[in-house]
Amino acid sequence: MRRPLSSRLPEAWRQPLAVAGGVLAVAWLVIALAAPVLAPHDPLAQDLPRLAAPGPGHWFGTDQLGRDILSRVMYGARVSIPLTLLLVALSVLIGGLLGACAGYFGRWVDETIMRVADLVFAFPTVILAMVVAAALGASLANAVLAVLVVAWPAYARVTRGLVLGVREREFVLSGRLLGFSVWRSLRVDVLPNVTGPVLVLATLDIGTALLLLSGLSFLGLGAKPPSPEWGAMVASGVEVFDSWWVATFPGLAILTVVLAFNFLGDTLRDALDPRTARAIKERAL
Amino acid sequence: MSDTPDAVKATRPEGLRPGRRQAHPLARFLVRRILLAVLMAWGITLVTFVLTNLVPGDPVAANLGQRALGDPAIVAQWRAEHGLDKPLWQQYLLHLQGLLQGDLGTSQQSHRPVSQDLAEFVPATLELAGAAILVSLVLGVAFGVIAALRRDRLPDHALRLLSLVGISVPTFWLALIAFYVFFYRLQLTPGSGRVDAALGSAPAVTGLQTVDALLAGRWDIFTSAVGHLITPALVLALYTIGLLTRFTRSAVLEVLGQDYVRAARAKGLPGRVILFRYVLRSALVPIITVAGLAFGSLLSGTVLVEAIFAWPGVGQYAYKSATTLDLPAIMGVGLVVGVVYLVINLIVDVLYGVIDPRVRLQ
Repeated sequence: MRRPLSSRLPEAWRQPLAVAGGVLAVAWLVIALAAPVLAPHDPLAQDLPRLAAPGPGHWFGTDQLGRDILSRVMYGARVSIPLTLLLVALSVLIGGLLGACAGYFGRWVDETIMRVADLVFAFPTVILAMVVAAALGASLANAVLAVLVVAWPAYARVTRGLVLGVREREFVLSGRLLGFSVWRSLRVDVLPNVTGPVLVLATLDIGTALLLLSGLSFLGLGAKPPSPEWGAMVASGVEVFDSWWVATFPGLAILTVVLAFNFLGDTLRDALDPRTARAIKERAL
Repeated sequence: MSDTPDAVKATRPEGLRPGRRQAHPLARFLVRRILLAVLMAWGITLVTFVLTNLVPGDPVAANLGQRALGDPAIVAQWRAEHGLDKPLWQQYLLHLQGLLQGDLGTSQQSHRPVSQDLAEFVPATLELAGAAILVSLVLGVAFGVIAALRRDRLPDHALRLLSLVGISVPTFWLALIAFYVFFYRLQLTPGSGRVDAALGSAPAVTGLQTVDALLAGRWDIFTSAVGHLITPALVLALYTIGLLTRFTRSAVLEVLGQDYVRAARAKGLPGRVILFRYVLRSALVPIITVAGLAFGSLLSGTVLVEAIFAWPGVGQYAYKSATTLDLPAIMGVGLVVGVVYLVINLIVDVLYGVIDPRVRLQ
């Protein structure tokens, strides 16, 4: 059994990248929660001068419709971050459940689920997500669905492998012999051995999911105007790329959120990998 | 193989069974992988077909003019012509038959066969993606080796940051920023397109501007083409450089800890020899795997990058089709890119088997 998470985190958390990731992530969560209080303007109001360069009063400038970009970027956090977290949670749930079933039951259940997963892996992600989003019709909800379609197989694969690894272990078998139901066996004996690696994957995947989701919106297959979605805001900046600030700031928002979760995911992986954890500890001593 | 006695089977490792008349293990491995790829290609056609039929829109309305739609006879005739009056599975068979004859449907945008559109755009994308993968392999592997050799020192930390930024940056945004800074502001790079229009173009042999220019001995076109290629290729490559750096680093670190590397060092072999003959050779397998995956992300990236640089490739075609919801074109792109990706993965698998004999025997 692994040692509890809390005893291994501290060394890893002292790494500079971990601190940076933590600070960035918390900052963005605060912005998302407090946007109505923090934002200086209404993100949808078109009452400012058009395409004004960044300066006092509108620090990130205004867009071609006279909307304050700083306020839009802040409100954008309320669109992108919850959707991305929901998306990843759903992929973990669906992929994890399917992967666990594949690994636990084996045979045709395994074959069916994993072949479907293989099929999804046969496409480059943006292309498949684009195809799905286009087929379902352009909307933010459908874009989320499209990303979900391409995101779950990774979890199915990882979970299946981990479940296969513990399925035949004595503690699982003895549980079954004691008369545990399949559900209880999966929940009590198998799940704790699977969570760590899946958690790492999920944290790293938050960034990927956000990139994909905003990419679809950039392509016009996601958020509809006037929604302050970051990808769509970058797309509107393409039309007026002379006014660099229109596209630059929403793009920076995406970059910093993705970076934050990649830093965190990287740290989490180091913390959960015994070899790296030891290396960090040796250095810390 | 079932005629092998169990006793013999038990004493020999998997795959090393008697009966040399059997195909070479590598050949068997190849056949199995190719069959698997064909199966997957069939799966891809199934996916795109199902997706096309999910669409709420009526293909009749999309393809016939207003006046023709008013006439039930014409509509019925059109439906019969395109097999839309048949049950779904028959429609799929017709679709498959069309695919085998290279018929990908007609683009609602260009009113040309999708296959013709794609044939025109594929070489440009191959040139861009090829340049990007070349840059990524060279830089990614070099960075990964440097990071591993200088572990936990400044170069390692700097490269870790660079690779994390590389995989975190939104490609479409980076493309826009690079275009703005290097072309619009600094005027260091030529703008959009593949080559200066004023120079004309070299006779098309391969469809790759750089190669065609060299074949025709046109240095002016070649330098212009390379100039146009640099920025989009670098933008596209940043993500894969990040990916390859990370994987190369951990692969090299893994090998560096092995006993045979320590033995080579103890023998007093020069560092160069150890690095290239001992370390990189075994690190190659994971690197090649990631390179195959990286190619997939490059193909994805082209959709987002080509639109910005007005690069006349499949990516821009996909972007235009996506924004106008030109479904046959999007499905055509999905199908072709899916198959290209499949072929690349097949090549990776085969390389795998060639490099690492253990893989063949699984």
